Amino acid sequence: MLAYLIRRLFAVVLTLMVVILVTFGIFFIIPKWTGVDPATMYVGKQADAQAIEAIRQKLGLDDPIIVQFWEFLRGLFVGRDYTSGADTVHCSAPCFGYSFRNEQPIWPVLTDRLPVTFGLAGGAAILWVFGGVATGIVSALKRGTLWDRSAMTVALAGVSLPIYFTGVVSLAIFSYQLDWVSNEYTEFGVNPGDWFSGMILPWVTLAFLYAAMYARLTRATMLEVLGEDYIRTARAKGLREPVVIGKHAMRSTMTPVLTILGMDLGALIGGAILTETTFSLPGLGQAAVRAISERDLPLVLGVTLLTAGAVVIANLIVDLLYAVIDPRVRLS
Amino acid sequence: MTTHRTSKRRLAIGSAVAVAALLTTAGCGGGDDKEKKGSGPGYNAAVGKIANPSEKKGGTLKFIGTQDADSWDPQRGYYGFVWDYARFYTRQLITYKPAPGEGSQELVPDMATATAKISEGGKRYEYTLRDGLKWQDGKPITSKDIKYGIERIWAQDVLSGGPIYLKEVLDPKGEYKGPYKDKDPEKLGLKAIETPNDKTIVFKLPKPNGDFEQMLAMPAASPVPKDKDTGSRYGQKPFSSGPYQWVSYESNKSMVLTRNPHWKKSSDPVRKALPDKVTLTLITNSDEMDKRLIKGNYDVDLNATGVGQAGRVEALRKHKGNIDNPLTGFIRYAVFPQTVEPFNNIECRKAVIYGADKKSLQTARGGPQGGGDIATNMLPPVVKGSDPKYDPYGALENNGGPDTAKAKEALKKCGKPNGFETTIAVRNNKPVEVATAESLQASLSKIGIKANIAPYDGSQTPGIIGNPKVVKSKNYGIIIMGWGPDFPTGQGFSMPLVHSKYILNNGNNNYSMLNDPKIDAKFTEAEAELDENKAAEIYTEMNKMVSEKAVYLPFVFEKNIIWRSSRLTNVYTAHAYNGRYDYSALGVVK
Repeated sequence: MLAYLIRRLFAVVLTLMVVILVTFGIFFIIPKWTGVDPATMYVGKQADAQAIEAIRQKLGLDDPIIVQFWEFLRGLFVGRDYTSGADTVHCSAPCFGYSFRNEQPIWPVLTDRLPVTFGLAGGAAILWVFGGVATGIVSALKRGTLWDRSAMTVALAGVSLPIYFTGVVSLAIFSYQLDWVSNEYTEFGVNPGDWFSGMILPWVTLAFLYAAMYARLTRATMLEVLGEDYIRTARAKGLREPVVIGKHAMRSTMTPVLTILGMDLGALIGGAILTETTFSLPGLGQAAVRAISERDLPLVLGVTLLTAGAVVIANLIVDLLYAVIDPRVRLS
Repeated sequence: MTTHRTSKRRLAIGSAVAVAALLTTAGCGGGDDKEKKGSGPGYNAAVGKIANPSEKKGGTLKFIGTQDADSWDPQRGYYGFVWDYARFYTRQLITYKPAPGEGSQELVPDMATATAKISEGGKRYEYTLRDGLKWQDGKPITSKDIKYGIERIWAQDVLSGGPIYLKEVLDPKGEYKGPYKDKDPEKLGLKAIETPNDKTIVFKLPKPNGDFEQMLAMPAASPVPKDKDTGSRYGQKPFSSGPYQWVSYESNKSMVLTRNPHWKKSSDPVRKALPDKVTLTLITNSDEMDKRLIKGNYDVDLNATGVGQAGRVEALRKHKGNIDNPLTGFIRYAVFPQTVEPFNNIECRKAVIYGADKKSLQTARGGPQGGGDIATNMLPPVVKGSDPKYDPYGALENNGGPDTAKAKEALKKCGKPNGFETTIAVRNNKPVEVATAESLQASLSKIGIKANIAPYDGSQTPGIIGNPKVVKSKNYGIIIMGWGPDFPTGQGFSMPLVHSKYILNNGNNNYSMLNDPKIDAKFTEAEAELDENKAAEIYTEMNKMVSEKAVYLPFVFEKNIIWRSSRLTNVYTAHAYNGRYDYSALGVVK
């Protein structure tokens, strides 16, 4: 178990290093491809040669990529200084870079926005896991009935309709017309009631999309599992149906669901971009959109790394949970 | 081949949808200007006059926006809305008069007791400071604080991005290296500014510049206390000299300002400071922003870029009384780099100017309301010396349609009777500009000019179209752009566009590469003129000289459709702030 964990952690670190290297490479190569000096993006209308040179120095654009890469890695663990002219800004560890656009270190921006995205992804995940899995199980058990057909039709709609459609429509109806819920995000600490009111529509909209996929996945897996020999044996032993389903069939059914859940949650931590943009939630997705549109490359790099880290770690947790859910799986 | 056909089809469908939407808007926007719909005081009630005049204090003024400042540091901000908003927490020696429309262009004393005592033939400006000027910590604001704030402009290696007019005028040789490298213990080594005592400040110019006070009215001339200067991070929390101080700010998210307890109305004849609190919320979805404004959750769009297509229809149909449609001072135009063939030939440039369908270009920009009035020349109506009736290429003739006969004649003279092929460069993050490029492409095709549209990364404008080498290598014969005045004179608008000294390797704005000593000389002549009316006459002549060069095709004198919340009091649009509301005058009813 310990050896397995160490091996996986090593793989996590290696994956993140590759992500850093690739992202850094893009950051380094793009200007050469386009022939555009990235420093010119930050100088304003009245460009000043002194200012361009200072920005280049501060971003370290004149350094070889290996030096930039090393400086970045070092910054993650011990922090680093960004200097232009007589001005030096310290970026404390873990230093994920420095946004020249906003004159602030990246890490506080990420941690400031992370709770919003956690709140969105967590709340929606609870809804879609319970809603989607329950719907899938009932559909599988009542295969071919009106319930099954109706549920799968709704699920198909959920998968087909994009967030920017369901989000806008739900906002128009439940917020602007009926005024049942808030259309604004309020921080939990400021007013929990308003926070809840502002999060309901994003949760439901996001969960609608994912629940649909989970319902279809659960139904298909459950049908497959119910046809397995051990389920037949369990029934032949005279076990009650709730025990057969809840104890035996569910464990196998949950394995693929958990795998997908880990990947989905990890990816959502990197930013539910469409949901956050549609509902104007100040999370990581919104920060990513803005960073991309403003070519705030250090922030793009920071969000990318955080997303990669979240996906890799979520997958690790899922792998570890396999053993708990399905005793047939042994970590090796 | 397939790609080409697909993109053409997409282009056609896109154009049709855009034009249909714009025509819908134009249709909605027609009718009686006095029409009053919704709860507001009337359509254009804040254009040229004050809507809901009031002196009532209290409440929270709520801004919303989709774009954060380039920097809230007074010496670094260059966005127009920042200059307007910055007056909540900064003051200047002089500023613009709190009055609607054209009246706002008059300079009035702010921290100074009067406008400058000018002597030595326009080379010496002296100001005396008012009594009772206080920082947010209660310390007095001195002339040294003002000098230090202005000196920060010199530190371009630390504080880039803001306007550098004062640096160029006071120290054209760049001898001073900025306060961070200053060996003077007080960090006040700039020789061009003297502070004989805490109440007096003297500016010594190497040569006269009639617009010097305009430059001092910019937030870049705001005081900064040396002991509160945090260098490049000052914009995260500037120290207030104005009526409001910063409580919190999270970039691209939110800001809260509350009253500066040490600011006294008796020391500030300009700012009304009616609300108790000013808040700003920043989101990314502009359609959602319009909905929140229309719903009444917020009062003002900070950026004032205009209500978007989706919200515009609803706003004009149901809430016309909450809409204002001011001139922004911007001109939207196409420019022809003379380094790119065949635009080195004036007749080829004229062919494009005559062949363009200005009415269609206006429609592509959003029609008369969403886009603006068809522009006749390159000096906007808000600039002194402009004359919208001066129409050298007949833009208003034929109802804005193209002059095909003259276009074909010009093509013959340029040696391309059957037309030519060129490229239109357009920012990919500005859908309206892309629509404009498509409109121009369509009208030019009728005279045999094949214009290929080349969208480029708009966030890299200074390094792409601002780099003459890139422009030439990519064969950008036509560049679509927009420009507004930094201050309402020929120098404040035209100089970066047409003066040869603004031809730069990066961040160039003189895209046409216009390098005419006679035009440059007009600026020198106007700068030396202290009488603003005489300077305006010189700029009128300069504008005619530029027009004769045929390097610009102006589309519209821009107008915006902006939302005015029913809660707002004391609202008026100001020429001095690009048609935005004078933010420092606003109040709310509750």
